[in-house]
Amino acid sequence: MNQKEHFRKAVYGTPFHPRTSQLNVLGEWHRWKDYLTADAYFDEALEYAAIRNACAVFDITPMTKHRITGPDAQAFLNRLITRDVSKIKPGKVGYTVWCNDNGQVIDDGTVFHLREGDYRLCSQERQLDWLARSAYGFDVSIVEDTHDVAALALQGPTSCSVLKAIGCAGVETLPPFGLAYFQFDGTELMVSRTGFTGDLGYELWIDPERALALWDALFERGDNYGIRPMGTHALEVARIEAGFLQAHVDFLPADQAIMLDRSRSPFELDLGRLVDFKKPNFNGRRALLEEQKRGSRFRLVRLDIEGNKPARSSYIYNNKRNGDVVGTVTSAEWSPSAKANVALASMHMPWGRPGDELWAEIYYQRELKWSRVMARCRVVEGAFFDPPRRRATPAADF
Amino acid sequence: MTDNNRIILIGAGHNGLVCAAYLAKAGRDVLVLEASGRVGGAAVTREFAPGFRVSACAHLSYLLDASISSELRLADHGLKPARANLRTVALAAEGDPLILKGGLAESGVLSDKDRTALASWHTSMMQFARVLGKQHNRRPPRLGGGGRSEAFGAALLGLDIRRLGREPMREFLRIAGINIFDVLEESFDSPLLKGALALDAVLGSNLGPRSNNSVLTLLHRLSGQACGVAGGLSLPEGGLGAVSEALAAAARAAGAKVQLNSPVARITLDGDRVSGVELESGEHVRGGIVVSNADPARTLLQLLGARHLETGFVHKVRHVRSKGMAAKLHLALDALPEFTRLPRECVGERLLIAPSADYIETAFDHAKYGECSPEPALEITVPSAHDGSLAPSGKHVLSAIVQYAPFDPRASTDTARTNFLEQTLATLERHAPGIRRQIIATELLLPADIEREFRITGGHWHHGELALDQLLMLRPVPGAAQYATPVNGLFLCGAGCHPGGGVMGSAGRNAAQAVLTAGRAA
Repeated sequence: MNQKEHFRKAVYGTPFHPRTSQLNVLGEWHRWKDYLTADAYFDEALEYAAIRNACAVFDITPMTKHRITGPDAQAFLNRLITRDVSKIKPGKVGYTVWCNDNGQVIDDGTVFHLREGDYRLCSQERQLDWLARSAYGFDVSIVEDTHDVAALALQGPTSCSVLKAIGCAGVETLPPFGLAYFQFDGTELMVSRTGFTGDLGYELWIDPERALALWDALFERGDNYGIRPMGTHALEVARIEAGFLQAHVDFLPADQAIMLDRSRSPFELDLGRLVDFKKPNFNGRRALLEEQKRGSRFRLVRLDIEGNKPARSSYIYNNKRNGDVVGTVTSAEWSPSAKANVALASMHMPWGRPGDELWAEIYYQRELKWSRVMARCRVVEGAFFDPPRRRATPAADF
Repeated sequence: MTDNNRIILIGAGHNGLVCAAYLAKAGRDVLVLEASGRVGGAAVTREFAPGFRVSACAHLSYLLDASISSELRLADHGLKPARANLRTVALAAEGDPLILKGGLAESGVLSDKDRTALASWHTSMMQFARVLGKQHNRRPPRLGGGGRSEAFGAALLGLDIRRLGREPMREFLRIAGINIFDVLEESFDSPLLKGALALDAVLGSNLGPRSNNSVLTLLHRLSGQACGVAGGLSLPEGGLGAVSEALAAAARAAGAKVQLNSPVARITLDGDRVSGVELESGEHVRGGIVVSNADPARTLLQLLGARHLETGFVHKVRHVRSKGMAAKLHLALDALPEFTRLPRECVGERLLIAPSADYIETAFDHAKYGECSPEPALEITVPSAHDGSLAPSGKHVLSAIVQYAPFDPRASTDTARTNFLEQTLATLERHAPGIRRQIIATELLLPADIEREFRITGGHWHHGELALDQLLMLRPVPGAAQYATPVNGLFLCGAGCHPGGGVMGSAGRNAAQAVLTAGRAA
């Protein structure tokens, strides 16, 4: 790992900073782990529009990355995460969660099977302590290489065309959650068909030394395809439309929860599909089996809410008047693509069944005056916006 | 019976044998696999020099559960005392030794104040120890586990403390977590008396008299009985190995098979439950339930393997404090040793070299930083004074617990052993001048040697420190404190579980109960 002199400076520009800092005409930044990251570059609505109508670039270098190798790499990961890692073949990526012994989600992320027995684990939170602790008894090497890899998300319908234009021949055949290697500027460029927008899109992984060359190629070749930089605000809208979860927003990492009812199990986050009980052992298995017998405490739901006022942090009631609080909104946005007022919410069981009568209590301000409205909610299944191009293989030209 | 109904016990230590006996009595098919060539684990009598035999690890019986003795009819299986109710002799650096029996000082120089204080000290310590003793045969309640029986178990413990009465309860709660040094300072003047009482609080543990929790270890030591005397000490005829032999006979009589020289290499699994064990010979022995008398770390991390357990649980098991601090000295002597100002007939009592609590604390200071104590504290027995079977006629064996010797000394173990033997003999010689000339053979076992010979990780007698954070429902760790481990069909029954070590047998008895209860539930 590059030596970062944290005692001198708390936050750094990513390898793309010479370009992103020029493009960020709003000068809006926040800190993401060790790095400066843009809230928005020029107009968050237009940046969002680029995701859904052309393509947009998001700098994901700050995302925590680990390289996991060694004879027991697969066995180690299989014990760590809830999914069966043996089903994630070389050249594949898997979205997963991992739990503590109580079956509560510590974090979610992606496992990249880079080459036979060589894995990358990306996480929302720093995980080195938990990974090192979990490594006892395994012949495995775990290195956090966040700073050694520059990475970009290129998301949107024209993303495949842009990649082809920079020389990634045949990238259109890459299926969702596939990864492939290309030569770029004399170095290896890894491309994975992954992302946080629920759209056709890719993530690009490269040596930090070649970061600027990659950026320049994308923006030069991508100009005809409407490429734009995007900040976290635009991404946030897209990920809520896709129904993806954000740590510290939609769930509290279990290792940071003090109160017993603050953490969530995979089932309580609607991620039960990621739990593979056929594996004889993994962290949380016993507790999750028990939860299946006993029943979950919470349910994560996607809500379509009447009106156009985002139901941020709203309580959900089971009756318009004098109802009980049966849940809380964790994320809410107006969805420009679904043309709907959408939200993710954590409901107390048994509430949140399709057809339940649910009401969101929404507070909103107009010219500094607060108003309150009770808006009817409808539980919907699946993502709010789920275009066929997201999965189409080969990826279509746009 | 199919192989699946077989219960495999790993280790024929005393707890393993007790567990095997109870399971066999309940009609179960029990196979005990012992790594060494003899039963008993750390409760064994073995030769250390031609013709000289000694209790090689534990050397006094003071905790063996009375109900086990009667239910398994150990007397019928050959267990009898060579000497019951030993006195304790505190050897003085200068002057007369103090001879104690319970709360009574039979001889030695002691002020009237100290005599009175000793009597009331003894009464209240025995009263508090009984509270602990009542827990020995109960499965510890599971905290936060819900369930009426769990709540009932926790309530019983609270009730036992409450029943002490208001003042004693306050006193119990005040002192249970603190250190013996301060508590002794409140009551006594005589350094020799305080040294003797403090040594009992730290024997076998990784504590000095000023370490917190050392009152609790004293209460644990006093919580049992021997030959009907609460807190008493006895020497079984034939050494502590005789306890194990009697237990093995009881287990065999009940139908258990005990197979020696069969070290287990690993516990095997079929999916998420045990399927048996694989011996070091490569042979696979099938069994639907495996009960391990080995220490928790060895059972769970070595024989089973961390990968079959969850991260948090493994982390807890790895951090059970289980490094021994007690060494064991064996001397073959050509005559009964003579101690300064000690009548010859008292040499067979339990002799202590701990002239003051500060002396013990100073000894401990060195060990904290990786050195053996230059002037160690000793608990000495000369069992051959009561039991002719241990040494050739006219000759004697001396067995002593010597503190402190760290598990991982800064010097190599071999260097540390050589130096510590010399320091120990020099200390012994100050109280028994001329003993060196009587020595025919010596043996000194450091904790690392105890680990090797008795297969106890860390060489700790109790398979893990007896401490507030490692007792009851926290012993060895939450998630395994009710004898069942997180792996289906795998149980623990050793001293690493509640109620801990000392040759007590309760862990084995409780574990057998847990196995039988789990069987009924399934």
